[in-house]
Amino acid sequence: MKFTLSWLKDHLDTTASVDEIVEALTDLGLEVEEVANPADRLTEFTLGKVVKAEKHPDADKLRVCQVATDEGEKQIICGAPNAREGITVVVCKPGMYIPGLDLTIKVGNIRGVESHGMMASEKELELSDEHDGIIELASGEVGDKFVDWLAENDPAKVDTMIEIAITPNRPDALGVRGIALDLAARGLGKMKPAKTASVEGLFDSPLSVSIDADAATDGCEVFAGRLIKGVKNGPSPQWLQDRLTAIGLRPISALVDITNFFTYDRNRPLHVFDADKVKGDLRVHRTKGGETLVGLDEKEYTFADGMVVISDDDGVESIGGIMGGLATGCTEATTNVFLEAAVWDLIQIAYTGRGLKVNSDARYRNERGIDPAYNMQAMDDATQMIIDLCGGEPSNLVVAGDVPDVSRAYKLDTDRVQSLVGMEIPAETQRATLTALGFVIEGDMAHVPSWRPDVRGEADLVEEVARVASLTKLEGKPMPRVTAGLPEQILSPMQKREQVARRTTASLGYNECVTYSFIDKAAAELFGGGDDATMLENPISSEMSHMRPSLLPGLLQAAARNQARGFNDMALFECGAVFHGGEPGEQENILTGILVGRTVGKDIHGESRGVDLYDAKADMEAILDALGAPTKLTYNRGTNGWWHPGRSAKVGLGPKKVLGAFGELHPKVLSEMNVKGPVVAFAIHLAEIPMPKKKSASRGAVTMADLQAVERDFAFVVDADVEAVNLVNAAAGADKALIDEVRVFDEFIGGSLGEGKKSLAITVRLQPTTTTLKEADIEAVAAKIVEKVSKATGGALRG
Amino acid sequence: MDDLKVKYLGQIGEAGDEATLEAIRLAAVGKKGEVSLKMRELGKMTPEERQVAGPALNALKNEITSALAAKKAALADAALDARLATEWLDVTLPARTRRVGSIHPISQVTEEVTAIFADMGFAVAEGPQIETDWYNFDALNIPGHHPARAEMDTFYTHRAEGDARPPHVLRTHTSPVQIRTMEKTGAPIRIICPGRVYRADYDQTHTPMFHQVEGLALGKDISMANLKWVLEEFFTAFFGTEVKTRFRASHFPFTEPSAEVDIQCSWEGGTVKVGEGDDWLEVLGSGMVHPKVLEAGGIDPQEYQGFAFGIGIDRLAMLKYGIPDLRAFFDSDLRWLRHYGFASLDQPTLHGGLNR
Repeated sequence: MKFTLSWLKDHLDTTASVDEIVEALTDLGLEVEEVANPADRLTEFTLGKVVKAEKHPDADKLRVCQVATDEGEKQIICGAPNAREGITVVVCKPGMYIPGLDLTIKVGNIRGVESHGMMASEKELELSDEHDGIIELASGEVGDKFVDWLAENDPAKVDTMIEIAITPNRPDALGVRGIALDLAARGLGKMKPAKTASVEGLFDSPLSVSIDADAATDGCEVFAGRLIKGVKNGPSPQWLQDRLTAIGLRPISALVDITNFFTYDRNRPLHVFDADKVKGDLRVHRTKGGETLVGLDEKEYTFADGMVVISDDDGVESIGGIMGGLATGCTEATTNVFLEAAVWDLIQIAYTGRGLKVNSDARYRNERGIDPAYNMQAMDDATQMIIDLCGGEPSNLVVAGDVPDVSRAYKLDTDRVQSLVGMEIPAETQRATLTALGFVIEGDMAHVPSWRPDVRGEADLVEEVARVASLTKLEGKPMPRVTAGLPEQILSPMQKREQVARRTTASLGYNECVTYSFIDKAAAELFGGGDDATMLENPISSEMSHMRPSLLPGLLQAAARNQARGFNDMALFECGAVFHGGEPGEQENILTGILVGRTVGKDIHGESRGVDLYDAKADMEAILDALGAPTKLTYNRGTNGWWHPGRSAKVGLGPKKVLGAFGELHPKVLSEMNVKGPVVAFAIHLAEIPMPKKKSASRGAVTMADLQAVERDFAFVVDADVEAVNLVNAAAGADKALIDEVRVFDEFIGGSLGEGKKSLAITVRLQPTTTTLKEADIEAVAAKIVEKVSKATGGALRG
Repeated sequence: MDDLKVKYLGQIGEAGDEATLEAIRLAAVGKKGEVSLKMRELGKMTPEERQVAGPALNALKNEITSALAAKKAALADAALDARLATEWLDVTLPARTRRVGSIHPISQVTEEVTAIFADMGFAVAEGPQIETDWYNFDALNIPGHHPARAEMDTFYTHRAEGDARPPHVLRTHTSPVQIRTMEKTGAPIRIICPGRVYRADYDQTHTPMFHQVEGLALGKDISMANLKWVLEEFFTAFFGTEVKTRFRASHFPFTEPSAEVDIQCSWEGGTVKVGEGDDWLEVLGSGMVHPKVLEAGGIDPQEYQGFAFGIGIDRLAMLKYGIPDLRAFFDSDLRWLRHYGFASLDQPTLHGGLNR
């Protein structure tokens, strides 16, 4: 919402400075976004007088002028037809910036004659589009500042423009008078009485208006109109044009400018039809769907079913409360005008406006709420202005529907400001504030002014009082703890788990990423997503169309971007939500890490090698351990399609409970994602890890046997597809009490063993608890281990 | 006897290796060594003679044995020194490479915020990122026609044909968690809700996804003055310097009265410094929870009242750590992650300080 200082002063009698007004507005909740004064760029210019003007010796159209200035007489070459002896002009001296030309003036030489500056036109100083000649002032002395002359003689040209942001609850501040009222309540001046006109109709309007039954409910409350015949439309007076130009509107014609003036002055949208272009009467009704209208913005709109419009015998002529039609719009040729002032249902305006994707000042106001009680007075005020500016004779009013009764009152509890906001404001001040804002106080009830649709309860009264008193004065007050003593644990076990997961992964050398929750469809499909349930209806781009089914695509895209920048080896992780469906709650927190390229870069210690699944496995097991997962994990094949089928596994507790997966990623997936491999990864379903059952923090006693442990190595020849875990489990089962640990330490495939065979070497640690082991005891256990392993794997002790 | 002493100590002093030393030992104190033979002669002496010669011989034997041991140790040391002198390595060669991980600033700042509010008794609540329009809008006093809906640049999810329900939304703020918490626990409440939020906006200063932390405190007599205190405590702890706030009247559908909160800052030298200077920087929206919002959450507004606020986590991170570009947060550039990331053990606590 833009307005100017002089416009504000139409309504507010104030001596406050612009700075004071700006500060008060922001503090009142009408946040100032811009303050612009055209005078700011004209401060350097001073007045001069042409003391002599002669024809340029070498150019017919140029004159060599001697100009008296505050710095003495200057010679200036000028091409303007009105440059002549005796006129008072605006002088631009070398070194000054000319806003309308966007250049800085220098001493020039025009066809052999020096020129020390220029005399400006209005266009060159951005005062108007006038460029037929230089500015010629009727008064002023040499050396006077031009801005002072303007302030004195043409104040509209140096009127400060203020733009404020309007929150949706304050439609009243979409009119200059509403803004003035806030400032007056704050004490920055006194309201001037509103100009109210009273117009007598001279005849009955030949045009009648009606509201169909279907549009009377939640459509149009009241539709008032009047014919004014014999008007003469043309450019509006300069003061009105200046007002509109200053707030960025283009003056069009007196009739249109008058409606725009009321829109901004009183937050009162109006519409003017050219009555001669209207066929028959005007009827407010709902559309059936498919009707079309070319609006005043010259765009064609097609209506859906149930929108509220105004039609004549030719069909739809106006989008009620939003925009008039081009066909019945006023032009310079209009002589008979039909003025409309109506109150529309704001929800209906919002939906119609959104449905047609049409924005206008009228829609903006009508969907936020205008003052319905002003409807009839607005008819007279606007009629009077039309008659004053364009002449003509007014008819009697024609009215359909009734002005809605929006009167309501709420109890003013003057203690509430103290208890809700924490400010002490005397009850009398509170009542005075509300009265100044237009509330009527009766006993302890506050009647809400008709222009404040936002006030809907007692809390709103508190807000008004606090706002006007200024929240800046609010002093902080300590908030006591909920309970005495130390605060309790704040994080839930899951929240704590996520924190530990993040920090453990980072400590293993992974850089944490935060990638977008939405990815492109192709990438989502590679990882089991990309269906319609997780699709956005209005994505910002096709790269962000689907909610991610996995953290892998985001991390792989990050890896690809880094590789494109020349970083080939990396460890990245993310901890966050993935989406299994489109319903609230169909999301799951996952921790995913990827290792890309080589373990380390080129390396003198010979440790650089391609990453492999055992790297991922080690990190995953370390994280699971840190999160308190049981140590006996099971590894099952049959991972999803984006993993390497032979080099990946699901990690779980038994066959059904899956905690996560790890392995090498499928080479096809990597090539589709443009990542140079190898890439290994792990993913952990954080919520699947069982929470510890015991409540006590006690860890129980540690067992540390005093007796010497013994290690024995075995090598078995087995079929190549026998998994080590089977062998280890079999060996460990040979004597559960005595065997402390079984560890694979060597694998050898093929060679002398022949096709399809491999040798697995294990070391078994025996830990006696009661007596020292004798050689015979060890032999007995060893025999049992060989027997168990042979039985479980079909393998034999390697000779 | 003095001859023997001079002879053997001299030989020991000159010995250059262990073999020579052993030969000397045998010749002197071995079974058939000169000193040993002398000791055998003690039996033939008179008691008087023995009393003189015995201790003297013993002393001689000890002296030679000690000298042998000392020389042996000296020889070993010399040999070790010689070996070590050959074992020279270039200490300026690079160390073994160790990957260094990092924590993203968003996680770090979320933990900082959590640590501070936890001390003031705020728990951490969470909710779904795909929300129904009821939780995201209606329950927060933003009905269907409300201009705020259009202004929020909401992402909607796709509706299958025949599904007549209004589309779900990607939550535009963390405020729906307020309602879910009210429904779940009732009043009194003290929570913060950090998390991802989404708005269809992408330019120099906006990304379609960002992070917010919502605060909600409900009780019998919690006022806006308490809010101001809580926020000033928070900002002062977070930025590590006393920060003043300024409340300005504003409007949010879900609070009443509503206030925009500015923090004190200076713009000297083109960079913003929080907690000094005379300028103000708008950082958050807040207010007293609207009675309709309390009702939507099943809480009686006659009995309970309180405040709510929302602030951008990314924004806090940018302000505190001088990170210039929001978009880079989500780009995962390794150089950025390493520069702005935090060490895994830099866990923020109040007792140990939020930062090292």
